[in-house]
Amino acid sequence: MDAVFKALADASRRQLLDRLHVENGQTLGELCKGLDMTRQAVTKHLAILEGANLVVARRRGREKLHYINPVPINEIAERWIGKYERHRLKALSELKRALEGSNE
Amino acid sequence: MSRPIFIYVTYINSTPGRVWQALTDPAFTRKYWVNHRNASDWKVGSEWRHEDYDDASLVDIVGHVVESSPPSHLVLTWASPKDAKDPDKVSRVSFDIEARGDGVRLTVTHSELEPDSPMLSGISRGWPLVLSSLKTLLETGEPLPGTLVKKAKQWS
Repeated sequence: MDAVFKALADASRRQLLDRLHVENGQTLGELCKGLDMTRQAVTKHLAILEGANLVVARRRGREKLHYINPVPINEIAERWIGKYERHRLKALSELKRALEGSNE
Repeated sequence: MSRPIFIYVTYINSTPGRVWQALTDPAFTRKYWVNHRNASDWKVGSEWRHEDYDDASLVDIVGHVVESSPPSHLVLTWASPKDAKDPDKVSRVSFDIEARGDGVRLTVTHSELEPDSPMLSGISRGWPLVLSSLKTLLETGEPLPGTLVKKAKQWS
């Protein structure tokens, strides 16, 4: 989880994720287009994103395509949001019980 | 326009056999996959259905088993029942289950999707939730809240 937060703590890396979110499965060359970053910098950022499992690379012939993997972000969200959802569901069921009980 | 591909990867503290079981055994899927089962004999060429655990007439997804090598590799075709005969609307899902260190790397590759389709937006929301819940269930014995109750039209 530390690796995910570290990877997301950089605006350039978030920008790369944004670009993959718009169009999934891009080569390094495609990702570099229109960016104010050197190819080496993009390569380095992609390696960090891959290390955090936020980007998955897949070979297609001689090309390496990069895909956004949102599953670790969902896991982080669920760690905290899930808990509140549980409370909300419990609160609703208690409210229901209280309201139904008051009709008796 | 090329057919979109989505790749989802999660690392799970479990064994390939348990992950395979979690994907194919209704007693498991109902716990983390919104009270659904994946019904099939999992042999190549057989049909499979993603259906409500309690009411098998409510079928969300249908397809065929394309490849099946328990516990490491499973490939399915994937479509809404109403679209099953339209090749443009039939996509393909591969599950790759690899032992990595003490755990498992589960890769779900959803390919041959119809661009800008409701199915595409449905699976984009669905897979991260289902895979997070699968991981949580296998690692803690408890699924994520919110994946227990059936929501209408999870995938479409």
